[in-house]
Amino acid sequence: MELITQLLIAAMAAGTPLLFATLGGILVERSGIIQLGTEGLMLMGAVTAAMTFLATASLPLTVLMVLLVTGLMGAFHAFLTVTLRANQIVSGLAMTLFGAGLSAYLGKKITGIPLQGAVPKIDLGWLDPVPILGPVLGHLDVFTWASLVLVVLMTLYLYHTSWGLHLRAVGDNPATADVMGIRVQVFRYGCVILGSMLMGLGGANLLMVFSPTWIEGMTAGRGWIAIALIIFARWNPLYALAAAYFFGLLDSLGFRLQLAGSPIPPYFLKMIPYLLTIAVLIFVGWRTKHKLSGSPMALGVPYIREQRF
Amino acid sequence: MDETLAVDLRQITKQFGTTLANDHVNFQVRKGEIHALLGENGAGKSTVMCMLSGVYRPTSGEILLNGAVARIHSPKDAVKLGVGMVFQNFRLVPSLTAAENIVLGETHQVWRTKAWMARKTAEIEALATRFGLPFNAGRQVWQLSVGEQQRVEIVKTLYRGAELIILDEPTSVLTPGEADQLFVTLQQLRSEGKTVILTTHKLKEVMAVADRISVMRKGKMLATLDRSATDEREVARLMVGQDRQEPRPRKARLKGPTLLDMRNLVVIGDHGRHALEDFHMTIHEGEIVGIAGVAGNGQKELAEVLAGLRMWKSGTITFRDTKWKGASVRHSIESGISHVPENRMKSGLAGSLGSVDNLLVKSYRTPARSKMGFLRHAENRLWSQGLVEQFDVKTAHLDAPVHHMSGGNQQKLLFAREIHQRPHLMVAVHPSQGLDVGATDGVHNLLMTLRDEGKSVLLISEDLDELLLLSDRIVVLFGGRVMGEVTHDAADREHLGMMMAGVV
Repeated sequence: MELITQLLIAAMAAGTPLLFATLGGILVERSGIIQLGTEGLMLMGAVTAAMTFLATASLPLTVLMVLLVTGLMGAFHAFLTVTLRANQIVSGLAMTLFGAGLSAYLGKKITGIPLQGAVPKIDLGWLDPVPILGPVLGHLDVFTWASLVLVVLMTLYLYHTSWGLHLRAVGDNPATADVMGIRVQVFRYGCVILGSMLMGLGGANLLMVFSPTWIEGMTAGRGWIAIALIIFARWNPLYALAAAYFFGLLDSLGFRLQLAGSPIPPYFLKMIPYLLTIAVLIFVGWRTKHKLSGSPMALGVPYIREQRF
Repeated sequence: MDETLAVDLRQITKQFGTTLANDHVNFQVRKGEIHALLGENGAGKSTVMCMLSGVYRPTSGEILLNGAVARIHSPKDAVKLGVGMVFQNFRLVPSLTAAENIVLGETHQVWRTKAWMARKTAEIEALATRFGLPFNAGRQVWQLSVGEQQRVEIVKTLYRGAELIILDEPTSVLTPGEADQLFVTLQQLRSEGKTVILTTHKLKEVMAVADRISVMRKGKMLATLDRSATDEREVARLMVGQDRQEPRPRKARLKGPTLLDMRNLVVIGDHGRHALEDFHMTIHEGEIVGIAGVAGNGQKELAEVLAGLRMWKSGTITFRDTKWKGASVRHSIESGISHVPENRMKSGLAGSLGSVDNLLVKSYRTPARSKMGFLRHAENRLWSQGLVEQFDVKTAHLDAPVHHMSGGNQQKLLFAREIHQRPHLMVAVHPSQGLDVGATDGVHNLLMTLRDEGKSVLLISEDLDELLLLSDRIVVLFGGRVMGEVTHDAADREHLGMMMAGVV
């Protein structure tokens, strides 16, 4: 019992940044746009959070700055891919490289300075007697709660509202959506911007909760894992929750085995999540060989309304 | 003002760049009639329909709906004015259910509760039953058959309050039986007071269902006729511009030795199920074997197996007395099979390359075309020039990208390449799709010439007239199995249609 609780806590701690980024990715891709800038956006989110918090010591201000910076980057991606119909892959990769470089430059002065008392926990001590889940849910920080609320909201939005239906139509068949009077470009802009903000929040979460010190390149490929998790989760927020925690568990397991003096070299343990990512892609690809993969069908395809004049 | 006219187009002109798609078109549709708009591919029918449904805006001219000038600037405007269009390639989201597709775009209900959806589904089903258009509203669209998807589209227009329903080439995807059912539906719509316009290039349908017929050619409106006051011949002459030349006489055929023999063939399709099941077929030298069937009954997979593009799961294929071991495109080409694919711009030609490169792609390995891995440039140009002239391909110059050519010229270029291979067997899939009458006759002539030279043709087509005209034998496919086989002389349309629907 004790062990399960501990593992669950560790999985959630390591998995929540992934969850934010994956939810962001799901939102973007549901609108039919590919955003490969996740890694860069997470890094920018992290460095913005570190700088703002060290300067102001205010959590709300920090979150606001993160949303602003990554929202702007998202808007730029949307402008390039929706309005100018630029290549989405290239734009996303550029954003990753740009984010990595700029965050390294901006973070030079604050490297290694720990953030203290950054994120309050919501103490629900009265839950402790509940077996397994009680101690887990009783001491979560606001970021984790926010991510859980987000999963619920996104599920409700996607599958239980008209707007969610419209979004799914936009990602699957923009021409049809357009004929039905749905504003394709508006949905795409909104989703790319909001989704990019969530990716930034994932980075901020990683920095402020998981390892509260800015180090260059601290995301260590989590952005890429999040992109694979989108496919693993079949563009469904609920599955994203399970997938992110599973990968969080692997991540923390590696760490623990290392502490326990496992004879396996630590490098191999660190490789596990990435190896598993490849395994997951093979598995998903194989299973969906002859079916709809759940992928938005117009993913990566710019939409041009039929020539009008 | 004439209140009895549902649609009144006055002097409509529509220009795309330098091409004139519609040239001062006048077009009148009475309320409560079924009006057929007839014309060849590229005559401008679809352009007229797209302007009515708000996809295009006319360059000049006036559109009147129910006697009043209508401003149709977007599809949304058209819907508000009671115009509903069923596009040739359906506007449906495959991953959503039929009911979800129909209510798509409604925003006054934010939450999609189960109860709300159930109420809407009931509403939709009631509407569907009233007009005799059954489908399963709770199913995802990709699981529905093409005929059902079309019904979903028609119900969608009705649900959104359309009084004028436009169908663009509605029968091109249906079996003869499904088409007949559609015509019953159209009559039902008329009896409920709706106005129906359908575009088509099939004469027989028009004569079967329309009250009045308008004929277009090359962007111009030629005439509007009452069905009762005209006949097929007159309409055909209007549509084509001259009497169609008589097909060349069929030479008697000596049955040659067996060329291809397929036994117990099982092939898995993209969807993971059996696309061909226990399939048997033989082709002799010097005959055209037609494959009839509605799209998706295994024709595509059959062509792909012969072209070496798809592996089969079990069964044997013997071609020119050699048993095939596995699928290989190169092996197919070298053993003398040429392939005119279903979609010439997708898997037949490379659109941005010129004629020379497109002609080379199957023969560049031969010593005549290349030496030690380097193309013989000068010779190849001369050779291409010869082929282009021989097959009468009209192109600006040899290096002009082939996607600039018309469909007919693209097909001629493709045939030039494939016939130049001196094939023993030509696999031709929908060879005349999207071609005008002249180009179609050209393609038919090429196929008949091959036959008369003792070569064989496997003709896969959804056009029954084409199959009946060319084939020595017609094999009907249904659900991946051979439903039956008829000879040229014994073939009759009705029997074929029943077999295509899997009835007999």
